[in-house]
Amino acid sequence: MHISNGIIDGPVAAVFAALALAVLTFCVLRGRRDLDDRLAPMAGLVAAFIFAVQMLNFPIFTAGVSGHLLGGALAAMLVGPWVGALCVAVVLVVQALVFGDGGVAMLGLNITNMALLGTAAAYVLIALLLRVLPRTPTGLAVTAFVSALVSVVVASQGFVLQYWLGGTTDLGGNLTGLAGTMAGVHLLIGIGEGLITATTVVTVAKVRPDLVYALRALKPAVPAPAVPVAGGAR
Amino acid sequence: MSKRPWPFVLGGLLVALLLAGVVSNYASAHPDGLDSSLLKGCTVNADGEITGGSCPAQQAKDHELADSPLADYGVRGVSNGFLSTGLSGVLGVLLTFALGGGLFWLARRRGPATGSATVPGTGATAGPASDQAGPGSGRAGDERPARAAGTR
Repeated sequence: MHISNGIIDGPVAAVFAALALAVLTFCVLRGRRDLDDRLAPMAGLVAAFIFAVQMLNFPIFTAGVSGHLLGGALAAMLVGPWVGALCVAVVLVVQALVFGDGGVAMLGLNITNMALLGTAAAYVLIALLLRVLPRTPTGLAVTAFVSALVSVVVASQGFVLQYWLGGTTDLGGNLTGLAGTMAGVHLLIGIGEGLITATTVVTVAKVRPDLVYALRALKPAVPAPAVPVAGGAR
Repeated sequence: MSKRPWPFVLGGLLVALLLAGVVSNYASAHPDGLDSSLLKGCTVNADGEITGGSCPAQQAKDHELADSPLADYGVRGVSNGFLSTGLSGVLGVLLTFALGGGLFWLARRRGPATGSATVPGTGATAGPASDQAGPGSGRAGDERPARAAGTR
């Protein structure tokens, strides 16, 4: 979902660059509370892993169209929303500056969509779902799948907003057409994102549950019925 | 909780290297969701080049660093496509890990060793307090079932 140069005009790109920089700075300040000797290497791994999986474009049902992981939900689950957004941003910076993927002038737009909007939308859902769903591998998988799917669609609509503000082609008022096309195709891509995210998170939770941020930070709203204390108090 | 993250991180890094270094060669070459949406209204040939019509993608300009040695996920000078893609992926994973991991390591909260219990007063920020709550309550949660089972 990397925007190429020339698609959005310069002034709007500059505004989003400033916005992205401000929010990323806040993420650094807030994320430092989470970053300890254990989370820092894990965050490096998450960034490297997202870079790798972003190379793996998968076909979707629509002929001739592919999609790839964005990674916001994966990062939010494994290292939290603040550090997670920074992980995706690091990937986007490397891609733009070294691999010629996503215009350098468009970096603020791309970071806003994929690193900020995607991660934020995912984490809101993660926080909600992990509190209401059972604390089982299935509950974790459903949380990862749904939050990942929605985050991709939200990120795609971030682009639509940007295109409305500074798109370089006059769509003749047919912005809803673009919004619908983007939402539809990214709903399909989101299924792939959901499957990859759920598989990865469940695997990590099986091997090292202590390295899954969402499992550490989000306690269930009600005591899990499996805890004998609750039964004993009855 | 006191387990070190490094063995897991190294294992994960190997998986990432394998994905970017080998599996990446089997990735779909079709335009992604955004690019294909921007091509709506245009006709394209088998190589993905625009042959007619009008669409937003026609406004696309060259990348500022289009002649970077790793541009478009290939290593310049390596003619074997499989090797070129794989090598660029490996370099990208290592670079992203070095940059990301390095920055996160520098920005991390200095203090007591990895999640090991509660060492109060070493950090001046509010951070350690929330950290204590994490492992502390986690441990309590682990012990409670055992104790409750014992009393029954």
